[in-house]
Amino acid sequence: MYVSTPAKARSEMLNNRTLIELKNISLYYSNENNGLPILDNINLQLDVNDFVCLLGPSGCGKSSLLNILAGFQKPTTGEVMINDKPHTGPSPNVGVVFQHHNLFPWMTIEKNIEFGLKMKSVSKSERKRLVSYYLNLVGLESSAKMLPYQLSGGMKQRASIARTLATDPQAILMDEPFSALDALTRENMQIHLLELWKKTRKCIFFITHDVEEALLLGKRILVMHSKPGRIVVDLQNPLSQYSQSVQEIKHSKEFSDLRYYLISTIRNSKANNTVFGMNH
Amino acid sequence: MAPKFVCKKQVLTRGISIISIVLILIIWTVSTNLKWVDPVFLPTPQSVWKAFLELIRDGYKGASLSTHILNSLYRLFLALILAFFTAVPLGMFCGMSKYILAIFDPIIEFYRPLPPLAYYALLVLWLGIDDKSKIALLFLSAFAPLFISTVSSVQRVPQDRINAALSLGASKPKVLLYIILPSCLPDIITGFRTAIGVTYATLVAAEMVAATSGIGWMVLDASKYLRSDIVFVGIILMGGIAILMDGIIRLYQHIQFSWVGKQD
Repeated sequence: MYVSTPAKARSEMLNNRTLIELKNISLYYSNENNGLPILDNINLQLDVNDFVCLLGPSGCGKSSLLNILAGFQKPTTGEVMINDKPHTGPSPNVGVVFQHHNLFPWMTIEKNIEFGLKMKSVSKSERKRLVSYYLNLVGLESSAKMLPYQLSGGMKQRASIARTLATDPQAILMDEPFSALDALTRENMQIHLLELWKKTRKCIFFITHDVEEALLLGKRILVMHSKPGRIVVDLQNPLSQYSQSVQEIKHSKEFSDLRYYLISTIRNSKANNTVFGMNH
Repeated sequence: MAPKFVCKKQVLTRGISIISIVLILIIWTVSTNLKWVDPVFLPTPQSVWKAFLELIRDGYKGASLSTHILNSLYRLFLALILAFFTAVPLGMFCGMSKYILAIFDPIIEFYRPLPPLAYYALLVLWLGIDDKSKIALLFLSAFAPLFISTVSSVQRVPQDRINAALSLGASKPKVLLYIILPSCLPDIITGFRTAIGVTYATLVAAEMVAATSGIGWMVLDASKYLRSDIVFVGIILMGGIAILMDGIIRLYQHIQFSWVGKQD
């Protein structure tokens, strides 16, 4: 079941320098989960230009892993290294895009994007330049002076991505950012994100429960199983090398094969747990 | 179509309110002018108006009407400003740390339900009969609603919003100033409105117990001489001032906090 690209093959690809390294990460909550760890001994390396999609059934610890990566939560054991330095708390090196857009509701879109730059003490003229650059990048120039509630769901999420990009983080963590959007908007956002990634080549760690989304976006796909939360699949996505349009990729045989494989792997997690649960 | 409909509804409700006020005025005018009620209990609108003009011209007992009103408002606003700049910061710290809250919560919960006049006698004893004791009394009555609304609104700031700010590089003090404070401001202003209401009621009561000036004192003093026309002027002025203050704050809320309640 364990499909992993050999380290050698991976190192042959461009820009393979490790950006983030998770070393023996475990997470326990006392009195919960029957004493089982939420996350069990996770080792993971994210490269500088990675686009990693993490799939898994709900409650498998995907979000806990993201919270640890972001520095919002401390792991029980193990540590997170960024550029070989320990990462202990939230920092602008690691940007986060949440499931809920999480824009500051009293600030206009441009003020939201400017916020991180202000925190970094960027000069006023430079802030102005960067804000208009990122507004342009996500196609929100005409909404600069609007408040978040005046925007549609997709626009809010684009503003949220722009706000994160503006601080120029080395890695961007995304926690099911498109799951609250309607199907059509979601598809547009996926295409938009891929374009953004191709422009910026930033390391993206993208959590989703949508297998198709992972296949369309990820350069690398991880699958987690629950109880205890662990990574069981780590594969390079061959579809990411394709140059066809999203629609063509979706109709290819390889896409449906991979889709079937991933879905059955995720299902397997549930089956295993049922047996496990009966034994206890 | 929809906003127009809402607008029409608003016009209709406003219209009903105006009709209700006009009706009361008509009943008042008719019943007093036809001598259905003794003018000592209920003066005619004309005599109330005459008393108002007299008060503007001659003042009341050695001080002009505006001095009485300004004396009252001075006490009110000094106490409110003091309460705002102590209750809000303290409330923010208590909202963030349950240990700090544990220190102050029992004190505030104890004095909050007490009728202010119950401890007013003590304040007069400690601080004297003039403005100091009144301002202290008003400060205490404004403090509790402001403090409580600040604490509860700090506790309701979404953790994700704080996390977002932290991961955008904000330090903890900056999160407090730029994220938590503006998140709570609408609730704090609502708390401030409540505080004004409570403090205003306390003010009039305090002036009635011990004072030599102020709009509350004027009403009580006039009632001793059965000058119900002056009593009426005083009451109408008090009500008008309260509506005006509340209206200004509501307008501010409307302009400043258009985003409240519109998030998904």
